Amino acid sequence: MALALQQLINGLTLGAVYGLIAIGYTMVYGIIGMINFAHGDIYMVSAFIAVTVFTMLAGFGISSVPLSLLLVLLVAVLFTSVYGWTVERIAYRPLRGSTRLAPLISAIGMSIFLQNMVQLTQGARVKPIPPVLVGGIDLLTIDGFTVRLAYSQILIVFVTIALMAGFTWLITKTSFGRQQRSCEQDRTMTALLGINVDRTISLTFMLGAALAAVAGVMVTVYYGVVDFFIGFVAGIKAFTAAVLGGIGSLPGAMLGGLLIGLIEAFWAAYLSAEYKDVATFSILILVLMFRPSGLLGRPEVEKV
Amino acid sequence: MMLQLSGVHAHYGHIHALHGVDIEVQVGEVVTLIGANGAGKSTLMMTIFGQPRASGGRIVFNGEDITRLPTHEIARRGIALVPEGRRIFSRMTVMENLQMGAVLGEEMNFEVDLKRMYLLFPILEERCQQRAGTLSGGEQQMLAIARALMSRPQLLLLDEPSLGLAPLYIKKIFQIVRELNREHGMTILLVEQNAHHALRVAHRGYVMQHGQIILAGSGRELLANPEVHAAYLEGGHAATAA
Repeated sequence: MALALQQLINGLTLGAVYGLIAIGYTMVYGIIGMINFAHGDIYMVSAFIAVTVFTMLAGFGISSVPLSLLLVLLVAVLFTSVYGWTVERIAYRPLRGSTRLAPLISAIGMSIFLQNMVQLTQGARVKPIPPVLVGGIDLLTIDGFTVRLAYSQILIVFVTIALMAGFTWLITKTSFGRQQRSCEQDRTMTALLGINVDRTISLTFMLGAALAAVAGVMVTVYYGVVDFFIGFVAGIKAFTAAVLGGIGSLPGAMLGGLLIGLIEAFWAAYLSAEYKDVATFSILILVLMFRPSGLLGRPEVEKV
Repeated sequence: MMLQLSGVHAHYGHIHALHGVDIEVQVGEVVTLIGANGAGKSTLMMTIFGQPRASGGRIVFNGEDITRLPTHEIARRGIALVPEGRRIFSRMTVMENLQMGAVLGEEMNFEVDLKRMYLLFPILEERCQQRAGTLSGGEQQMLAIARALMSRPQLLLLDEPSLGLAPLYIKKIFQIVRELNREHGMTILLVEQNAHHALRVAHRGYVMQHGQIILAGSGRELLANPEVHAAYLEGGHAATAA
């Protein structure tokens, strides 16, 4: 019972992170119909930016946790969105209008490039950060097992909820959100109304990267270590979350992220911690085989 | 001269769709383009917007060469299109569709323009919070026209606005074309398969065949032309009656 509760907390935390990354996949898929396989590595780059800035701040003697978190978030979001913009500009935009496979291959190339760039400049070893947010609340103890809610978990869940609320508002209520959605439906028509579609696509990439950046910072705070390969695994899991929720659907990405996080946490606790990735990938295969539109994917019922 | 196409060619992949088209639209005119299916009328409309880009010739709008401009820049010059098949954003609400049309307009004009559209198309006010995909075909066409008008264009391009609509809506569409032109001075280029209606409302018309303009004249002249009559009007009548 206590273990289940603990894994529920851990799973929700993990799921929040996957959900944030999954939004980037689903938005880019929605607008240009490609899977941005470099997205996981954008998240990894953000984690490294976080490590660098945390270390610098510690060097300057800034010890206030809220202040250093805020600064790291700002810098990470800023730089990572620039990465997102650049990747789209040099690796995908030149291929727009070519075959569907071309940008996919380019994305995998970009992913390999980013991993190697970070490996070369930062080294292949695991990088630790000085502990930022330690401690937590002991909720209850059953049979000597204490259920613990870490402060970093509270932070992750709250930041994620706030971001998702803000993001939903942006997409459903603002002019940019409408342009983003209209591009998803009909890019030519959107351009005919005088909207710069390339700019909207660039902003979508930057927005996806910004959310992945927040996820990167959160994970750095949560685990305290990063390496150049974390983007690959987290990327595929977030991609699975996006597919499970229904690729192209924003609520789907959030829901899919939570489910994948929970499934992974419970699988690790009750079945096998070593094979927890197998759970995620089996889900990916099963969803693709039996329900490719995902849980909240939209069935097309429209009058013509 | 508001719009002038000279010697415009266009290709869709390997298909040579336009073979040196020359047309002109003057300020305040309603000009119609009639012709059989596949004659290149819709291609011509889209080529004005650079979709596909003209592979030869020049397109000049208000004295400016717009042949090589990006699509959104062409729209910003003051041209709006009601495209073939309407292409409304079906998953967005009616209101959101109108807001999309107003992206180019001034913020302060929005409420005024919205009221004007509701006056012109009362059904849109009733349905404003409804998803556009749930509207009937005729209502969707009204929405597509209103969306185009929300940007306050100088030139309105209408591509087959009466296609597939019930006779009541067809009548309403042509009424609106006339009203926009006569009362608001809107310049309109109208592509129609419904040649009879189109020629009656238009000041001038062009007949298109195999990607070329084969005949030009005033609406009245073309209506009286026996060739036009045989090729487009009897068929057009039959289609309206059916």
